[in-house]
Amino acid sequence: MKMEAEKRFDTVDMMLNMGPQHPSTHGVFRMVLTIDGEKIVAVEPHIGYLHRGTEKLCEGEYYLQIVSLFDRLDYISSFNNELAFVIAVEKLMGIQVPERAEYIRVIMCELNRIASHLMFYAAFGADAGAITPFLYAFREREQIQSVFEAVSGARMMHNYFRVGGVIEDLPPDFGDRMNKLIPKLKQGIQECDDLLTGNEIFIARAKGVGAISAADAIDFGMSGPNLRACGVLEDIRRSEPYSVYPTLDFDIPAGQNGDCWDRYMVRMEEMRQSLRIVEQAIAEMPQGPVIAPQVRKIVKVPKGEVYVRVENPRGDFGVYLISQGGDKPYRVKIRGASFCNLMTLKKLLQQCYVADCVVVLGSLDIVLGEVDR
Amino acid sequence: MIGLLKGLNTTLKTLFRRPVTVQYPDEHLPLAPRYKGFPALLWDDNVQEPYCVGCQVCARYCPTECITVTMKDNTKFKDGTSTRKKIVDFFQIDMAKCIVCAICVEVCNFDAIVMSDAHEESVFSRGEMVADLNRLLEMGRGQEKKLRKS
Repeated sequence: MKMEAEKRFDTVDMMLNMGPQHPSTHGVFRMVLTIDGEKIVAVEPHIGYLHRGTEKLCEGEYYLQIVSLFDRLDYISSFNNELAFVIAVEKLMGIQVPERAEYIRVIMCELNRIASHLMFYAAFGADAGAITPFLYAFREREQIQSVFEAVSGARMMHNYFRVGGVIEDLPPDFGDRMNKLIPKLKQGIQECDDLLTGNEIFIARAKGVGAISAADAIDFGMSGPNLRACGVLEDIRRSEPYSVYPTLDFDIPAGQNGDCWDRYMVRMEEMRQSLRIVEQAIAEMPQGPVIAPQVRKIVKVPKGEVYVRVENPRGDFGVYLISQGGDKPYRVKIRGASFCNLMTLKKLLQQCYVADCVVVLGSLDIVLGEVDR
Repeated sequence: MIGLLKGLNTTLKTLFRRPVTVQYPDEHLPLAPRYKGFPALLWDDNVQEPYCVGCQVCARYCPTECITVTMKDNTKFKDGTSTRKKIVDFFQIDMAKCIVCAICVEVCNFDAIVMSDAHEESVFSRGEMVADLNRLLEMGRGQEKKLRKS
């Protein structure tokens, strides 16, 4: 009799299919969760729904065209992707980029970082169940997007950086726009902070959830704000400086516990640091040409190979470029920051509640365009 | 509780701000002077012919191969009214394939193509997305000011 009663309470694990069309997966990403009651026992991520074969496409395209393909990898931070590729080509060709172009690039990349982190803030708030932050963050992000539109002509797919510099100088009203934008952004970020950071419900959802130790994070190849949230002070802008970052003064925020809360706080602070960089860069930007004089429209790259990495808003974005000479590369290998960050998901979701699964995924801030490539 | 109240205070302050959105189909936000809409062709008013000579550079450097161009002998060159020996015969852009990267504008040696302001190009069938020479010239009317001087 007793045996029979026990048998009746035997539970079986349930398989739950999440995605690929789930709004909280930030694109087309599918997770197969095995759940025991409310707890996640195992998770099987499925990627590749957004695979466009960028690496292979690059082999058949001219260097000029590849910049436009890089826009479409991590489409929330296009400028940073373009930068990685153009630096790689410039290194192979041995081009000295004019200083003004370097400053323009840094300003654009840092504004892009703020826009990207605002996007994270918006989506993360929504993931935790708060819709209002989404609207606040998009209001601020919209202003940055209109600056991008004024400078490059496009709001997302800029195609603005060129091998040897940028395609054209900043518009004449750029200074005025920035003078208006920076105080507005400062205020906006503060408002975002006030709205969500202190919220008790949000804290309860994020603090202590999805924690990972620094050692594990490094083993998984985590990078960017996610790694810094574990207390590791690693930022390529500091450890392997490129462009004019060595001359600029900024802090690298870090967390302690490596949980969702720390990942959120690191990004909030990074936005303020990025604003500091933008302010300095605008003040120090010299006049002069914006593209190196020896660069022709159709770039021919000498034989050789190079690996370049830059600090993308999501972490370490690397480009491994092999050239056999000529106007097309032999091989372009892309190291996506989101891809490596996503791989920690199995570890992060172990023994996590199903309800927290969306928050953990949101806190990683992945962009599927870069994961699938 | 303090955090919640702080958040509510922020929303309350926003309640009295001017809205940042516009009622889209009725109102439009202004486009930036450099705005990259769909590519269009320019018309040479002096000679009454397109600037494009059909050299196919744009077609060759288009990342998505959405441009098809052919050229022909220019009859106006024989008359002596035009300096263009060759002129565009057939020009077609598949707007459904175009990724609005402006590489065609960058490589054009004759300043014949320009990124126009056109961006609301919804149609009912895929075939209508293919723009021919006449439509491209129509789209390019009054867009000379957008030509990037490089």
